[in-house]
Amino acid sequence: MNFSLTDWIKKNVLAVQEYALLAVRSLRNLFTGPRYLGDTLQQADIIGVGSLPIVVLTGFFLGAVLALQSANSLARFGGLSFTGQLVSLSMVREIGPVLTGLMVAGRSATGMASELGSMVVTEQIDAMRALGTDPSKKLVTPRVVSTVIMLVMLTVISDLFSMAGGATVAVFMLRLDGNQYWSTAWQSLGLGDIVMGLLKPFVFGFIISTIGCYYGMSAKGGTQGVGRATTQAMVSASVVLVVTDLFITQLLLTFFPFK
Amino acid sequence: MNSAPQSPQPVIVFDDVSIAFDDKVVLKNLSFTLYHGQTKVLFGVAGTGKTLILKLAMGLLKPDSGRITVLGEDVTAMRERDLFALRRKIGMVFQESALFDSLNVEDNVGFRLLEEHVAAAEMSERVREALRFVELEHTVKLAPSELSGGMRRRVAIARAIIANPALLLYDSPTAGLDPVTSTTIIELLVKQRDAYQVSALMVTHRLQDAFVMATHAYDAAQGKMVLVPRERNWDSRTSFLVLRDGEKIFEGSAEEIANSEDAYIREYLTP
Repeated sequence: MNFSLTDWIKKNVLAVQEYALLAVRSLRNLFTGPRYLGDTLQQADIIGVGSLPIVVLTGFFLGAVLALQSANSLARFGGLSFTGQLVSLSMVREIGPVLTGLMVAGRSATGMASELGSMVVTEQIDAMRALGTDPSKKLVTPRVVSTVIMLVMLTVISDLFSMAGGATVAVFMLRLDGNQYWSTAWQSLGLGDIVMGLLKPFVFGFIISTIGCYYGMSAKGGTQGVGRATTQAMVSASVVLVVTDLFITQLLLTFFPFK
Repeated sequence: MNSAPQSPQPVIVFDDVSIAFDDKVVLKNLSFTLYHGQTKVLFGVAGTGKTLILKLAMGLLKPDSGRITVLGEDVTAMRERDLFALRRKIGMVFQESALFDSLNVEDNVGFRLLEEHVAAAEMSERVREALRFVELEHTVKLAPSELSGGMRRRVAIARAIIANPALLLYDSPTAGLDPVTSTTIIELLVKQRDAYQVSALMVTHRLQDAFVMATHAYDAAQGKMVLVPRERNWDSRTSFLVLRDGEKIFEGSAEEIANSEDAYIREYLTP
């Protein structure tokens, strides 16, 4: 098989264009009817409630590990009492949004790609269009809206449980005072940290859902194509999420620099 | 009953339509007209673009060149958002039924009514009426996965006819089904044609199904289709269109195709 650089470039430029159109359309649908509140709530349940166990578990244990690891370094400088501050700042500003985003990408972006991909290869999407319903409004926008809202909520829950995980280690293993842990954890958080911690999942939710829907809606080639779309959705969503994180962090640091 | 209207209105007009995929020309300069109340049966071996014609008529795909007019509207020039309104006047039965996995039979059949926010009681009544037409009223709460292939095809027909469309597009409605189920489905199509005078475009590989449609009429008194003797003229509203390598090689009535001298068509007609 001959490889053509021109064809490869054309194919990828077209893919970016198709993705951009889907993403823009998913937002534009918010301002034009019909709106599918029932489908949005159903997706919110699947994405939000369904992801809750893994988000709670990973958040709790990552917070615990972070406390354990940082305590070792902080103890060398006599700063063991700052464990709560370190855990809360790290989790709220960075790890919480990224970790929750990756968990939801693994669970929901793949779910969207496989579900929509199956619908494409079994002509259900064509059938929906033939029945006079816009799949972009009925299937894509409800998934985008519910992922964005749910990811913000899941991130807050993850942050909370990670601090609880850190507190468990701090109190029961490091023998720190629980009240001191929570007060330093709470007082160290400023407006910039909260904004950063809530803005990131907002953007990540949009990225995860639009990438999941894009790969699903562009699936080709039967069940094998659906499998391929699912894998690509997971990989692309994770990579784009982490890359975007760098740019958002840099951007937000200009508005909310470290004190 | 078999006489065509004096000045029939065109329902579908394909005017010099061509389309290619990856440099492979699938349809080449195709032109034909389907008039109101007519059924046109599309024949051809696999890969000649029969399903593509239905998707083009539905506006699901755009041709590379040529013009397609459906119910008086130029679908080749319409935007996707404008096409949704037109598609609500058309019913389509897909080859693999394309029922929504996540919905039960009732919601599949009533999908269009749900989208139009029809009251629950009215929707339920109309869904049952459509399912009664295909004799599957008892499946209303079943999931598509619980149905046989023939039942799924009949549910798809019920979904296509529920909104009383002006035009029906059938994509191989009897493909892969046993002869008994195939006859049941063809009888439903004849019933739809004769009882409601709906125009239709049907893709099929099965010549015998098309001939059954042309040689039978629905008898409302007996509640089944009956054979129309050849001397009383076969249904003039059912015409045949044969494709070969993306080009039209024949268009005419059942009588004309049966008497065709074309070697390819003779080969096609001979089992």
